[in-house]
Amino acid sequence: DRFILSKGHGVPALYAALAEAGYFPTSELMQLRQVNSRMQGHPVQGLTPGIEASTGSLGQGLSVGVGHALAARLDGKAFRTYVLLGDGECQEGQVWEAAMTAGNYELGSLTAIVDSNRYQLDGAVEDINSLTPLDAKFESFGWRVIGVDGHDVGAVRVALHQAKESHDVPVCIIAHTTKGKGITFMENNNEFHGKSPSSDQLQVALSQLAE
Amino acid sequence: MTTANALHMGLATREAYGQALLEVGTENKDIVVIDADLAKSTFSWTFGKVFPERFFNIGIQEANMVGIASGLASSGKIPFISSFAAFILCKGFDQLRMGAAYPKLNVKVAGSHGGISIGEDGVSQQSVEDVSLACSLPGFIVCIPSDEHTMRAAVRAAAEIDGPVYLRLGRPKTHIVHEPGVHFEFGHSIEVRDGHDLTIIANGLLVAQALMAADALAKKGVEARVIDMHTIKPLDVAALERASHETGAFVVAEEHMHHGGLGSVVAQALVAGTPAPVEYVNLGDRYAESGKPDDLLEKYGMTAKTIVAAAERVLARK
Repeated sequence: DRFILSKGHGVPALYAALAEAGYFPTSELMQLRQVNSRMQGHPVQGLTPGIEASTGSLGQGLSVGVGHALAARLDGKAFRTYVLLGDGECQEGQVWEAAMTAGNYELGSLTAIVDSNRYQLDGAVEDINSLTPLDAKFESFGWRVIGVDGHDVGAVRVALHQAKESHDVPVCIIAHTTKGKGITFMENNNEFHGKSPSSDQLQVALSQLAE
Repeated sequence: MTTANALHMGLATREAYGQALLEVGTENKDIVVIDADLAKSTFSWTFGKVFPERFFNIGIQEANMVGIASGLASSGKIPFISSFAAFILCKGFDQLRMGAAYPKLNVKVAGSHGGISIGEDGVSQQSVEDVSLACSLPGFIVCIPSDEHTMRAAVRAAAEIDGPVYLRLGRPKTHIVHEPGVHFEFGHSIEVRDGHDLTIIANGLLVAQALMAADALAKKGVEARVIDMHTIKPLDVAALERASHETGAFVVAEEHMHHGGLGSVVAQALVAGTPAPVEYVNLGDRYAESGKPDDLLEKYGMTAKTIVAAAERVLARK
């Protein structure tokens, strides 16, 4: 299968997952954003094992996913393609170019997951340029839409399974999430969008997550 | 020696592109073709009507087209994508940067209706900055074939090379300046006329104009070397060095903005090697307008006549 992190700024979580899965040593994670490192600030295809598209300029990953899904169809291969997008990212027009194409080509092997945390850099998505209703938008482009609580791993697994069983049309899983979930001073606090906690805040956060 | 008198009109390079695409696509089943609603204009339809299963006309979505090509190439396909040069480079530039150049993917980009010789449609459709943009994509081969024979050869070479390539295609019918079996390699220019007084470096439509200019100069006792510099990147520096030693003066003629085109890269290379005076024939720092292609090339100064004038200026500086 293919996985494309279209919201490339989320790559630290992907690096951690790839390291846990054995793509590279976990010790390498601490080189994040350092010079001469494979842990670049945004995903780089061909540099870091497991990274399948260079992203970070928002709006492009779903198109790349369409290309993979078309290649799978041409070659009669069974691999599936998953693309993770941000909700704010869906303000980019290219997302809808790709959604239109995937719907019209009935790319059943393509699954989009929208991390719907309701915030973007400058504030709330709803305030800046609302995407509501996001589910109806994808449906109108020929997608099947599944909404889930993005923090409920069991529910996410069920949704992914349902997507896998859908062969006729692409599926969009809208994962409703809370930014900073589980950390009292971070939850829905957009000041931590793209900003690291101080070392004191980190200790508090880690202890809260451990509870 | 090639002289302008012997030149016959051939196909538009876009038509040769379509024919060549069909040829290489027949041989190599990994070749897939995408167009953004200009398939009849770019002639990608020549391939599409024979291989509909490997042809995707995705509508008016240049950015999405480049992204899809990135995914196809990542999964082992050889995508040839086409649109007007102005649209694919300007609207697809970020996608070419992130999805083709940075990951060094095997994506072939065909920008048709390059230059101002698209004519009547006017400035919105006239691509006069595509070379500059394409050259700023690391690893891209950037090529403007001058006639149908070199265009066919360039498509074949693009299909055989593993890496990103930009080809500019032209709208109008083009003079044939090469033999059908001409030896063609990216980065290896073709000398189409020898001479020792100065060298005219040209690509695309301007190669034929350069040959006409060389004929006119010969009547004045000036022997101009004419080089078809079809590949702007990587540049044939060895041919430039030879020409600098043997002729000592240059005119660079192209259908492009002054900044960032063939003239810029030739001047860069000469200054780093064996400097010689250079004069330029190009659009300058401006846009053109609607009109018949020949009227536009005349008004905006990209003809044999302006090449002769530039040659006389550079000879005075030698």
